[in-house]
Amino acid sequence: MRMIQPDFRIVIDQEKCRKCGRCSFNCGFGALRFSDRVIPEPEKCAGCHRCVSFCPEQAITVELNPLAFRPNDNWTPGHIKAIYKQAETGGILLTGMGNDKPYLIINDHLLLDACQVTNPSIDPLREPMELRTYLGRRPEKLEFKKDAGKWKPAGPPPSTLKVELPILFAPMSYGSISYNAFQALCMAAKELDTLMYTGEGGLPKELYPYGGHIILQVASGRFGVHPESLNIGVGTQIKIGQGAKPGIGGHLPGEKIPSHISKTRMIPEGTDALSPAPHHDIYSIEDLRMLIYALKEATGYKPVCVKIAAVHNVAAIASGIFRAGADQVYLDGFRGGTGAAPFITRDHLGIPVELAVAVVDQRLREEGIRHLGTIVAAGSVRSAADAVKLIALGADAVAIGTAALVAMGCHLCQKCHTGNCSWGIATQKPELVRRLDPEWAAERLVNLVRGWEHEIKDVMGAMGINAIESLRGNRERLRGLGLDHETLKILGVKPAGAPMG
Amino acid sequence: MENIMEVGREVLIPRREEEKVIIDARDVHYRDLNGQIRELAQEGASRIELGNVNGQRYLGAGLTEKDLQISIHGTPGNDLAAFMDGPRIEVFGNAQDAVSNTMNSGKVIIHGHAGDVLGYGMRGGRLYVRGNVGYRVGIHMKAYQKQAPVIIAGGTAGDFFGEYMAGGILVLLGLERKPEEKIVGDWVGTGIHGGAIYLRGEVERHQLGKEVGIAEKIPDQEMKELTALLQDYCREFELDPEEISDKPFLKLYPFSARPYGKLYAY
Repeated sequence: MRMIQPDFRIVIDQEKCRKCGRCSFNCGFGALRFSDRVIPEPEKCAGCHRCVSFCPEQAITVELNPLAFRPNDNWTPGHIKAIYKQAETGGILLTGMGNDKPYLIINDHLLLDACQVTNPSIDPLREPMELRTYLGRRPEKLEFKKDAGKWKPAGPPPSTLKVELPILFAPMSYGSISYNAFQALCMAAKELDTLMYTGEGGLPKELYPYGGHIILQVASGRFGVHPESLNIGVGTQIKIGQGAKPGIGGHLPGEKIPSHISKTRMIPEGTDALSPAPHHDIYSIEDLRMLIYALKEATGYKPVCVKIAAVHNVAAIASGIFRAGADQVYLDGFRGGTGAAPFITRDHLGIPVELAVAVVDQRLREEGIRHLGTIVAAGSVRSAADAVKLIALGADAVAIGTAALVAMGCHLCQKCHTGNCSWGIATQKPELVRRLDPEWAAERLVNLVRGWEHEIKDVMGAMGINAIESLRGNRERLRGLGLDHETLKILGVKPAGAPMG
Repeated sequence: MENIMEVGREVLIPRREEEKVIIDARDVHYRDLNGQIRELAQEGASRIELGNVNGQRYLGAGLTEKDLQISIHGTPGNDLAAFMDGPRIEVFGNAQDAVSNTMNSGKVIIHGHAGDVLGYGMRGGRLYVRGNVGYRVGIHMKAYQKQAPVIIAGGTAGDFFGEYMAGGILVLLGLERKPEEKIVGDWVGTGIHGGAIYLRGEVERHQLGKEVGIAEKIPDQEMKELTALLQDYCREFELDPEEISDKPFLKLYPFSARPYGKLYAY
């Protein structure tokens, strides 16, 4: 007897199939057996479309298993299957990728402004548009002195990080993703002249040449953190929390720690890489300040970013983070992705990044400390439109994780935690990893971001804005459609139809 | 020692005595002090002596000069030797919290007591404390290949000793204890999944995390290694190794390298 029925049904058109076996070879989950013909084992199918993509005859269809439970809006198939699984195992249910539940998506209820008649729009194809962004602390004041009849800055320039566009690559650890995927992100970050965060798994030595585009993460497990790795990047990031699993630590299972991961993380092969839930040297804002300055001392005062999950009290926490000396706060919304998280934390903890950005920006302005640092927003930036809206809500830049994976071939099958990724992205199995060509993946990442860059310039032009700086926190150019009064108030956005001023 | 106390404020510029560089740290901000130490280290100084240290944080943070020796007179602040990779630091006084935070290699000797969260995420090198240590000592220490961190404390330790421990060696000697005083607090080794803890004293089962086992006997080879470490410890503090070996050691070890392997359902 089988209590849990497959999610998908694999249909092979036996007329078209020429029995080449490619589908069977390509499936990382072993859902297509081959013995003189293809025999589907749908209970193993993740719905990742690798077989479909590689079938030369287009003979494979993967469809939702139409097997129906009696319709019940309360007891959904998801609830029922979860109970079956837990009744069998007694375990915590794990999943990958971001929250997929039908919560309200605020970005889909925000509309951008455009110029008509009374103010001219700008054609980005003809006129320069400025997307260059400086990340980090702005000085309290600028001092100038007269030198040989000319006014010159009195002190050294502020130590900010320059990126050519406000799209960064989100931290996805080497370990949760493959070497080839990780390398592709490094290559794309360099090509685009932007930055990538490493995630908790450190930076493999062979990728040190990309250091000028790397921010190394220091998380509670401190994996791969030593003076050399800390100094190879342009800054460091303290990870406190992650949008998909606020308040809990990380757990890279021993199966995903072969020798090369073990080398970078500096832990024995095959042991679990456990990141404790808190940093045990951080129990307060004062303690956070201690780690921030310990990192600054160890890196010759390179900027420090603090990454937190967007949670209910995020504005006060972010204020504390800036006051503690951080140069960037990275807000990860509740839809942010993950290589592995319990369903319960992924689907039920945290708040949307749109709200987090709006309240943090507002709070920092009210306290007169917005200049102390940069807000980086992440947690499901699906398109250039999402990026523009988050910047208009107050973010300085956005970071993309899932979108980057999708560009590299990810089909959002949500099985990252199994380590069987057929696309060679979220796996450490050498035979799967080598499927992903870093050059090919890097090119696709660059294409994606270049496409978004053009789109951002297009809408900026439509709004008559020629520098992204003028869009930051410019909520007057946003309107809400179908959002309730309280939410609009928190966002600081007027309802659609409300006039300017 | 005395001559450092005498030099006073004027000597912000380091004073050189043969191979030794002496810095008076009185009223000097940690950033200036650390900057000066780094500069000297890069110039190739091999011995730096700091006088009148009073709470300055991050001393030695991120230093990588293998031959550098720093001696500290006074009380260094938190995060002493954080991320350090190589040098030797000796403190003639007490130390505060987070000594040897994420340290990679090197040696730290504390002649007094030390605070909480010592050796968090420490991956190599040695930390010897002559006196007592606080809470959460040796949390998430880990070993990798030939690198294995060692912490030895002469006195007692607070709760959560060796929590989340993933590798390395923690030793607690319990010297100069009052009668009835416990050698260690509660929740010892909670979440431990690597390494070993040696206690020169008794511990009750309820003091231990559920992932911790008590070894019946310490294998000879292991005892030999432990003895070598203890001899090194005694050398640093001019103690008699005989005094320490008068009591048997108790070894605590992790039941599993993967304590949470069965927690999840896929």
